[in-house]
Amino acid sequence: MAASDDLYRLGIQRFGLGGRQDTRATFGSRLRDALVAEVDPKAALLGDQRLPDTARAIQIVTEIQERQREARAQKRQLAQVGAKAMPPAGNMQNNDMLAAPGSTTAGKPDAPQPRPPEDPDAIRVRDLLLDDVEARLKKAISTDLGFAERWVAFWSNHFCVALRRGQIMQGLAGAYEREVIRAHAFGRFGDMLIAVETHPAMLHYLDQRQSIGPNSPAGKRRAKGLNENLAREILELHTLGVGGGYKQQDVTNFAKALTGWSVSNFEEMIDGYGGFFFAPNRHEPGPQMVLGKSYTDTGKGQGLAILDDLARHPATARFIANKLTRHFISDTPPAALVARLEQDFRKSGGDLASLARVLLTAPESWQGPGAKLRTPYEFIVASLRATDTPVDRVPRFLNALNLMGQPFWNPEGPNGHPDDLMTIASPKAIKTRLEFALQVARPAAGKIDPRERAEALYGPSLSGETRTAIARAETRPQGLALLLMSPEFQRR
Amino acid sequence: MTILPANACCEAMPMSRRGLLGAGLSFFAWTHMPRIASAAGARDPRFLTIILRGALDGLSALAPVGDPDYAALREGMALARSGENAGLMLDDFFALHPAMPNFARLYAAKQALVVHAVASPYRERSHFDGQDVLESGLAGVGKIDSGWLNRAIQAMPKGERVATHGALGVGAITPLVLRGDAPVMGWAPQRLAESNDDLARRVMDLYNHTDPVLAKALQSGLTADMLARGSEPDNRGGGNPAMMARAASGAARLMMKEEGPRVAVLSFDGWDTHANQGGVKGRLADLLGGLDGAFATFEREFGASWKDTTILVVTEFGRTAKVNGTEGSDHGTATVAMLAGGAVRGGRIVADWPGLKAGQLHEARDLRPTTDLRAVMKGILADQFGLSAAVLADRVFPNSASLKPMAGLIA
Repeated sequence: MAASDDLYRLGIQRFGLGGRQDTRATFGSRLRDALVAEVDPKAALLGDQRLPDTARAIQIVTEIQERQREARAQKRQLAQVGAKAMPPAGNMQNNDMLAAPGSTTAGKPDAPQPRPPEDPDAIRVRDLLLDDVEARLKKAISTDLGFAERWVAFWSNHFCVALRRGQIMQGLAGAYEREVIRAHAFGRFGDMLIAVETHPAMLHYLDQRQSIGPNSPAGKRRAKGLNENLAREILELHTLGVGGGYKQQDVTNFAKALTGWSVSNFEEMIDGYGGFFFAPNRHEPGPQMVLGKSYTDTGKGQGLAILDDLARHPATARFIANKLTRHFISDTPPAALVARLEQDFRKSGGDLASLARVLLTAPESWQGPGAKLRTPYEFIVASLRATDTPVDRVPRFLNALNLMGQPFWNPEGPNGHPDDLMTIASPKAIKTRLEFALQVARPAAGKIDPRERAEALYGPSLSGETRTAIARAETRPQGLALLLMSPEFQRR
Repeated sequence: MTILPANACCEAMPMSRRGLLGAGLSFFAWTHMPRIASAAGARDPRFLTIILRGALDGLSALAPVGDPDYAALREGMALARSGENAGLMLDDFFALHPAMPNFARLYAAKQALVVHAVASPYRERSHFDGQDVLESGLAGVGKIDSGWLNRAIQAMPKGERVATHGALGVGAITPLVLRGDAPVMGWAPQRLAESNDDLARRVMDLYNHTDPVLAKALQSGLTADMLARGSEPDNRGGGNPAMMARAASGAARLMMKEEGPRVAVLSFDGWDTHANQGGVKGRLADLLGGLDGAFATFEREFGASWKDTTILVVTEFGRTAKVNGTEGSDHGTATVAMLAGGAVRGGRIVADWPGLKAGQLHEARDLRPTTDLRAVMKGILADQFGLSAAVLADRVFPNSASLKPMAGLIA
């Protein structure tokens, strides 16, 4: 009895997004089967028809950026006219050291400038993003167990893009995850890989749009050259992994094969808005030798052929098997499970549904204790689920993620957010979890008895220490916050 | 000292006009008494309930220094008649904690009173359940999603301004005592979220026993936070006198608006003083000082309306009579309830004192309750808002017909 309660807790933490009030009662005895049932292409879709697709998102942002450019040009013109009417800045009495560079206070030293109203277009772009985040969070709190969402989050982080790469990314990041990651989450790895590397978000994020074959017509004309960024990260982060047996020459040659891969119409109007676009005049001519194999120049197809082989490469199978195990199970992954996943990846040709089922049913996956910590995103979602908290103020959740060091869709580098225990359990992040827990608990505790909720979520597997701490809390909000901060809730 | 037998006190007190009417005409529904309704409207009374969450130690708030067994039970925490541990002697038996000079002043002006050895009907020792019973108005733990104060407002006549303007709940959530069908508005002081040192301490305790990795991370995070704030973390427990002041002045201003609420509930946390409770100075003294400041704030902000104001201070239960091994006190039973305000017939201590000898203590450890807290609540509602004993016994405090409203609390 106790063993099955502990297994339930391990499973819901490790593979789900945490229990809701009735999750244990509903799925407690058949959790593994219920998790496996979420290995379903439909379960990975967001299913919100109102969100814009890639082409529409690019169109919206491009139009906004055109307007912003015009507005800036107008402003510059006005500024030039105004400058003639005013004395040169050097003659001004005011020498305000605190004035920001380029600030407009010079003309009126005493009048504080009102903050300019925020550009409504900038708000529109941010709303595009917030709509997608809200839809994602709503799915996360309403889904039964959340394995499909966890699986999506893993791949989204594996193939991450970053909002820090400009306004266009704010518009595109949602469509990217929906059309590329979700659509292929339980499909074939090779299909996801090609969808990723040909999507405008990735082509923009890893600078592929600027890469020009040195011997292509455009390269000869403009004396601009190769950008290896995408090719390198595909090898290092997306497929083979560091130590996957590639050399610098493989990176360079792969980068040459990828030249000409671009996006129609971030700036220029070519063929309607937004999508993958192959520019033959930037493509490096000739065959390319990558990982000991020569790929003939078939234009766009040259890069695709290399991706196909990378998706099938044994090093990729090993890399993915290892990373999945590290993410879901342990920072020191059990070798037997890694081998199981690697074998399945190779045998099934990178069938991600098969891989997920192996992960969920392997005996090693159900051995505790949970040695990792919920990621900041998992913790936030689990907190909402555990306390019947609706998704209302999305910016608040985004801010909490920032403070916990893992800004949403915005990792520092293309290697994505780390998920190892020691990085996630940073002092500031844990302190922030405490504050977030109390913020969630305060309004939620009006209708929840923390002792009852702890019992509903974990039953007999709750430790005596946690049970006592919750029961001794001074107030219900404090008791509920203690539940959210308990090792049982934090660990997975 | 005014020591009254618990059963006698209600009869012995001279009844106020409202109390008399309420008791005498209890079988009339309110709609039949428009005269009183309009009288109440003209008076525009204000009623605040302050809930001290965590269980206030009544023996520290109002110390029975005249009880021969008190000093030995309380050891270093004990107040005295004089000397460095002197309390503020309200009569020759009870000393008010010296952190409460405002309350002592109001007491001298006959605008404050204390009911001692009082408890809700709850006899277990869980904060959650104790607060539920305190707020629900039920005779014991039970499932109900409305509180006695909300039901009291519902029971007021339609024309009564309290009934139409609703009540104010100060804090992030509406407390149970105010939940129900009557309209409630919420307000919380900004930066309420900062008062989480007590939660941090409790989580640290839990991690220290269960999870060294999380313990180390949280401890470092708290230390860094302390350095950033340039202050010591308050490891002594929850509660925040500065927050009490902000909550009180904010609530007072809202209640002074013409169309503002006339009934409000405030919750002050942090009274769960298991360790390092302190005596004349210390953790509990700081909290009592915060509460005392709230009285002064309301008196100042209410101005001329103070004369029609009643503030009731209650807590879920009391604390052990004997000091524990960590210079604190554990969950107990009977404690004090405090009343302050110009409408209060003060300058008295209402207590059927049970004594502190081992045989006199509840379960040989706690101050024994001799007054039911609901009688105090009923008395205020009857006298200040004219609710009948029948309505109080039926709708506001269900199944409490045998418990009479304590008369004479309101002038």
